[in-house]
Amino acid sequence: MNIPQELRYTKDHEWIKMIDDEHAYIGITDFAQSELGDIVFVDIATEGQTLEAETVFGTVEAVKTVSDLYLPVAGTVEEVNPVLNKQPELINSDPYGEGWMVKIKLSNAGDVNNLLDAEAYNKLVG
Amino acid sequence: MIKETPFIQKHLALGAKMAPFAGYTMPISYTGINDEHNAVRSNAGVFDVSHMGEFIIKGNGVLELIQSTTTNDASKLKKGEAQYSCFTNPDGGIIDDLIVYCIEENAVYMMVVNASNIEKDFAWLEQNNTYNTTLQNISEKTCLLAVQGPNATKILQPLTDIDIMNLKYYTFVKGNFAGVDNVLISATGYTGSGGVEIYFEDKENHADKIWDAIFAAGESHGIKPIGLGARDTLRLEMGYCLYGNDIDDTTTPLEAGLGWITKLNKNEDFTAKNILTEQKKEGIKRKLVGFEMIERGIPRSHYNIKDKEGNIIGHVTSGTQAPSLNKAIGLGYVNINHAALDSEIFIDIRNNPVKARVVKFPFR
Repeated sequence: MNIPQELRYTKDHEWIKMIDDEHAYIGITDFAQSELGDIVFVDIATEGQTLEAETVFGTVEAVKTVSDLYLPVAGTVEEVNPVLNKQPELINSDPYGEGWMVKIKLSNAGDVNNLLDAEAYNKLVG
Repeated sequence: MIKETPFIQKHLALGAKMAPFAGYTMPISYTGINDEHNAVRSNAGVFDVSHMGEFIIKGNGVLELIQSTTTNDASKLKKGEAQYSCFTNPDGGIIDDLIVYCIEENAVYMMVVNASNIEKDFAWLEQNNTYNTTLQNISEKTCLLAVQGPNATKILQPLTDIDIMNLKYYTFVKGNFAGVDNVLISATGYTGSGGVEIYFEDKENHADKIWDAIFAAGESHGIKPIGLGARDTLRLEMGYCLYGNDIDDTTTPLEAGLGWITKLNKNEDFTAKNILTEQKKEGIKRKLVGFEMIERGIPRSHYNIKDKEGNIIGHVTSGTQAPSLNKAIGLGYVNINHAALDSEIFIDIRNNPVKARVVKFPFR
């Protein structure tokens, strides 16, 4: 199971990667994509919205199942990965890279420190 | 306690994703549902479906017992023929759907039932067994491998003298397969891609022997193991009902589109025949239909179905992104006035009405 050291995680299997002090990419973990199986599309209609932590910012549909996506920290959804519309399978093949889902501006930059680190997340799924 | 099939070590060695299903730990997928689905549609795949239930019923009154508990007409079956059927409850609901195999006319039959219903079905047969017929539940010791796909019989043919390439749909033969005697090979399946189902007793390492022989014969053809995930997408593309989703104790065979296996004019009475006869006369009020999504979204079981005005007119019973068709499809019950082909319906996906259209089976 691939769990990069530099990211932070939630118990709902999202990851967050800080770009600078206040912006971050968010996606789902390798574990999550593997549990979901073949992903067929991502439905995110919250672009431009400011949301609290742990609110649903979208859903991901796999062949067999659908799963809600939770925002790890409070913030504003600034961008939805445009490539996923045509190639949702990137979430399966590259969950931490090309398969990122949204770019957000954090409401409070420090919130990310409250999330699980790689070691804690590894324990959760291990 | 969760049960395992005799193939559990094979699944684990192949790295299958396992999950509990009907009391068994079963392989859900090996390499991914789309990949497995496409393998069956274009080539051949092997399913371990040993969790399914098998009953042998024989002796005194056997045909009477079958005729009085099932909707199809088993008196038509000759030795070596099989028939899709259902058990109905006193309200006309479906206790289970099953296949009846005629092993010896008027003497020995096998019933193959859903894993989740084995106890319920067997109890129902016992309760209705006023004929002193012998009933045996052989589910625990019976292995079942489904080998499905356009190349399935060609791959298996070298393993047996039985002419499986020319076995007619819904017929079966017993014989030697891969060096094992008394194997029942049936031209049936749940995929719509052709192939056979192979029943045999779990003893003397026969399970390993047959599994290994099938994969050795199929290796150069690229045969693949297939999990229950792809089994579901394959059957759904064909519009085949899944018990517990599309049919259950509250749905009648007429509502479910199973009128073709409900022989209201057979001589014998069967459970709820009068109710179903009445329902047919009056006309059903709701119907199981297939639909495809016009707007983007994937229907899932229990989603509401609405009309244009937003009134609830039914609910989804099965849905998926169909791997062979590259679109989202589903089954669901709708009020009869919305059941006609091409009717426009709306699937309530997370409080958004998403447009869909009633279509024919199989989905295309």
